[in-house]
Amino acid sequence: MTISGQSAVDTAWREHSRRVLATLVRLLRDFDLAEEALHDAFLAAADRWSRDGVPDNPSAWLISTGRFRAIDKLRRRKTFGSFEPELIRQIEEDAAAKAGVEPDEVADDQLRLIFVCCHPALAPEAQTALTLREVCGLTTEEIARAFLVRPATLAQRIVRAKARIRELGLAYEVPAWDALPERLDAVLRVIYLVFNEGYSATAGESAIRTELSNEAIRLARLLVSLLPDAEALGLLGLMLIHESRRTARLSPEGEIVLLADQDRSLWRRDLIEEGSGLVEQAFATRQIGPYTLQAAIAALHADAARPEDTDWAQIVALYDVLLRAAPSPVVELNRAVAIGMARGPGEGLTLINALLASGRLDDYHLIHAARADMLWRLGDNGAARSAYADALALCRQEPERRFLTRRIAELK
Amino acid sequence: MRYMLMIYLDETKFEPMTQAERDGFTNGMLDFDEELIAGGHYVVSEALQLPSEAVTVRKWDGALSTTDGPFMETKEHLSGFFVIEARDLNEAIRVAGRMPLATMGSVEVRPLKVLERIPS
Repeated sequence: MTISGQSAVDTAWREHSRRVLATLVRLLRDFDLAEEALHDAFLAAADRWSRDGVPDNPSAWLISTGRFRAIDKLRRRKTFGSFEPELIRQIEEDAAAKAGVEPDEVADDQLRLIFVCCHPALAPEAQTALTLREVCGLTTEEIARAFLVRPATLAQRIVRAKARIRELGLAYEVPAWDALPERLDAVLRVIYLVFNEGYSATAGESAIRTELSNEAIRLARLLVSLLPDAEALGLLGLMLIHESRRTARLSPEGEIVLLADQDRSLWRRDLIEEGSGLVEQAFATRQIGPYTLQAAIAALHADAARPEDTDWAQIVALYDVLLRAAPSPVVELNRAVAIGMARGPGEGLTLINALLASGRLDDYHLIHAARADMLWRLGDNGAARSAYADALALCRQEPERRFLTRRIAELK
Repeated sequence: MRYMLMIYLDETKFEPMTQAERDGFTNGMLDFDEELIAGGHYVVSEALQLPSEAVTVRKWDGALSTTDGPFMETKEHLSGFFVIEARDLNEAIRVAGRMPLATMGSVEVRPLKVLERIPS
């Protein structure tokens, strides 16, 4: 095999393997058979492309080769799991008629794949694992490393999820209009979860974490290009604006740097502009949901050249709307913090105390940290110190623990 | 990544079978070898003779000692192995699941560990 042949195959793997797999799953109606077909198609490409040159349309070549190799195998194996002779006949007929590979049919295959991987009939952690492996092409070992679980555990999650898809005969399709909002919610949740896994500074290797965030952004871009729903736009905007602060939010020593203390010249303006543009686009649809609102809040922070330029009144107004759209104690807490910034720490503290008294966020370390911050700004260092100690007692994340310990020491 | 597929069998399960059925498994496993070679997964594979043919060797405290048979009495024992090349653990599991003997016994899939010399 020549070097150029091999590098053409490597390039094709990077550029086409995910799309080719998505189409093969539809054509062959089975994940495992499709993955095997993908593997075989690339094996054939490694052999043929170096001799005959790279075909004009590599992905069409790979799809057709994978499809015929799979049919060959189905014929040779007397039984293939749950494959009925009728189903095999159907797959063969479609292949003979070259059916199902028109550009407009293939265009939505990755979207179909995302929807089936994020199907509500699958456990949430299975949705995430399956999406990362089947749609993003991460290996089982990489996903396990990112989520700090054993590869053996993660592999079984994937095996069970695929078995469940087969058992339930889950449709490989973009859901109909009436089911779309609920199904899309699940997809957006998985994408945001993947992003946050990659963004939060909890633990794990930083390289694989950056890759997770990038994959989430890539997925959201794909989703937006195929299905420009307002909340999909909002989510992409939200992630881009968070991503713009990636280098600023940790010190070179890996310590957390609060938003107010970040070096704003490190924020990536290109991502902020793109994210803010998406927020405007989402608002223009008048179908404003929680992701769009959070993105709008993030955009307001990003707009401020200095922390004191932040438009806190506008942020409070957005939190008011967010609280109606997606009520949650955490949103209430964030709103209380914004009010503390807009109207003074006294008002913020009153709201935080009321929220604590309601007992809904007792175990959440950040409410104690927010309370400590309000107390400190009111000049009550002793009470602030003890609130930080409450936060520290509940906090499990190492960088945050170091931050809280540092604050307590500063207030002595 | 490389993975070892270890096949554990209870040989008594084959006793009630006809010779033709047993031959079917032998040929099926040889076909499986060829399928793995054609699919680029194959590294090495061997079948093992019965544990009654085995000798266990130890050199504890400097003295070489040998005992008959395997370390432990169990119904299922290691009867063969494959080393395969796969993209990840789930691909290795998929390959293992296609093995004809997976319908009769258990196949343990384990990632190989690459030992690197530690500079002294």
